[in-house]
Amino acid sequence: MSANIVTIRNLSKIYQQGDINVTALDNISLDIASGEFLALMGPSGSGKSTLLHIIAGIDRPTNGECRVQDIDVAKLNESQLADWRNQNVGFVFQTFNLIPVLTAYENVELPLLLTRMNRAERRKQVEIALEIVGLADRAKHLPKQLSGGQEQRVAIARALVTDPALVVADEPTGNLDSHSAQEVLGVLRTLSRDAGKTVIMVTHDPKAAAFGSRQIHLEKGELSK
Amino acid sequence: MALPLNYSFRNALVRWRSTIATVLGIALVVFVFVLLQSLAAGIEKSSSNTGDPRNIMVVRKGSTAESASLISRQTLTEIRYFEEIARNENGEPIISADVLVLASLPRRDNSGEANVLLRGVTARGMELRPQVKLAAGRWFEAGKREIVVSAKLAKRFANFGIGQSFKTGSATFTVVGWLDGGGSAFDSECWLDADECRSTFERDMYSSFLIRPTDEAAGEKLITRIEADRRFKLKAEKEVEYYRKQTMTAAPIKWLGGFLAVMMSVGAVFAAMNTMYAAVGARTREIGTLRVLGFRRRAVVAALLLEGGLLALVGGVLGCAIAFYWNGYTTATMGMETFSEIVFEFRVTPKLVLEGLAFAVIVGLIGTLFPAIRAARLPVISALKSI
Ligand SMILES: Nc1ncnc2c1ncn2[C@@H]1O[C@H](COP(=O)(O)OP(=O)(O)OP(=O)(O)O)[C@@H](O)[C@H]1O
Ligand SMILES: [Mg+2]
Repeated sequence: MSANIVTIRNLSKIYQQGDINVTALDNISLDIASGEFLALMGPSGSGKSTLLHIIAGIDRPTNGECRVQDIDVAKLNESQLADWRNQNVGFVFQTFNLIPVLTAYENVELPLLLTRMNRAERRKQVEIALEIVGLADRAKHLPKQLSGGQEQRVAIARALVTDPALVVADEPTGNLDSHSAQEVLGVLRTLSRDAGKTVIMVTHDPKAAAFGSRQIHLEKGELSK
Repeated sequence: MALPLNYSFRNALVRWRSTIATVLGIALVVFVFVLLQSLAAGIEKSSSNTGDPRNIMVVRKGSTAESASLISRQTLTEIRYFEEIARNENGEPIISADVLVLASLPRRDNSGEANVLLRGVTARGMELRPQVKLAAGRWFEAGKREIVVSAKLAKRFANFGIGQSFKTGSATFTVVGWLDGGGSAFDSECWLDADECRSTFERDMYSSFLIRPTDEAAGEKLITRIEADRRFKLKAEKEVEYYRKQTMTAAPIKWLGGFLAVMMSVGAVFAAMNTMYAAVGARTREIGTLRVLGFRRRAVVAALLLEGGLLALVGGVLGCAIAFYWNGYTTATMGMETFSEIVFEFRVTPKLVLEGLAFAVIVGLIGTLFPAIRAARLPVISALKSI
């Protein structure tokens, strides 16, 4: 296995809107090393989210290839992709996206329901994940009973509970005050540093980007220095 | 591979207002369905419980109802000793010559008079109808102007209490007992002694014969023999057959019940669909998130169907519960042939309850299917971007 967990070659994404073609990503090549905490920056509309979605197997490129752990993600069919995401990628969204009717514990447990783990095994994993984000005591709370920062940490616990190699976060601190943001960024950094996970984080905020081990910039769909 | 039950259950609870509306709508449909079918079931029970498959019923050819049939006394004398007719321990032929009379009597609630069927019956006739039991009081004694009325009619007619008396024909009868026809057509009759009935109402003729033949084959022979004899002009058939044709058919009510249920269920399906479209629309991003986590389209569809099915089931249980309140409730209608009061009860059978519940769930599932499929069809990426 290569030391690079993500290998992107000549990747383009073009959205067709009627007669107009919107080039969201323009011939991008990029390597991401295993264990890296990559901060992906750039102005609004530069294609950050699009790139993240393609790496994470939520979206498909128009041209080029994106290999994650030597798998060409675009070649997987819909259900293979669903399984692949479940096992290999953890997601953190700007808007947290917890399921409002489920408790913190149940939210974190969700991805494990798709594995072969039994109830006891799942319990153990969920407890570890909540412990890592420092919310073991909030397991029984519903999302609406948590602060924004706590919600996002539950979301991170949900992202890491399946022990994926890759964690992607799209502006995870975009909806948080600076104190909560610090906590969330701290957790993400720990994941890459201590747990050896590869973290890719989209952010507008240079202070947030500073937590990363590397920063890259997108400009109108192209990588800039 | 499935989403937890809790997910469907709590989502239904969270938007409790629309949930209650949907549940009530489905409950109403199921209630109407079960109630009308229970009425049909009561009517069917009344016709099925009336005849004994061994008995042969004889009326005049061409008469539509027992009460409109006239058979001469001479005919009785001739038929009585046919060897196909069974004998009791005393060697008497088991044949009952009944006299039926329609009496117009006042209703209990002062809402005027209605026809009641009075049956002049013999001891043999009572033996031949063992499903008719005494519910209260005692049986009538001949020659004392005594009468036993149906317990169900007693609730509907004035002076039908035990010990009370009423005037009809040329005499005043005292009610000495209540009979229980066990849901049969006899629940709509009053019984008195046959000879007394003939004299009081000045009838020289009988209305019908009820006969127990020695066996099945003898019964067939008897029917042919009676029908073939030109002098008699009689119609003979099995008692069950006679009542099957005679008792009001439940078909129109079943049909009406089915029709109403279908019409209303279309409404209920749309109501459920509306609720679920709204529910799913508000949860588009949530569904996108579930898909990102690795849940398949069918897991999402299943969870939503479960949610819709659950609502419908609660509605179904409620509808059945309300319908069950009427279980055993007696109602009456006018017989088409005799214009006499015919009583029967709502019968909410276990089968009907199951049908009602299944009906509710089907309504719920159909109403949920399209919203669920629409939600699952949405590409993950667009679902995620929805607010
Ligand atoms: N579904 C779509 N259809 C058409 N154009 C799209 C679609 N999704 C994204 N785009 C376009 O692609 C470009 C890149 O979008 P993207 O969401 O990746 O930007 P971004 O860098 O994440 O921006 P932001 O910082 O505002 O989130 C934009 O010009 C956007 O309008
Ligand atoms: Mg974005």
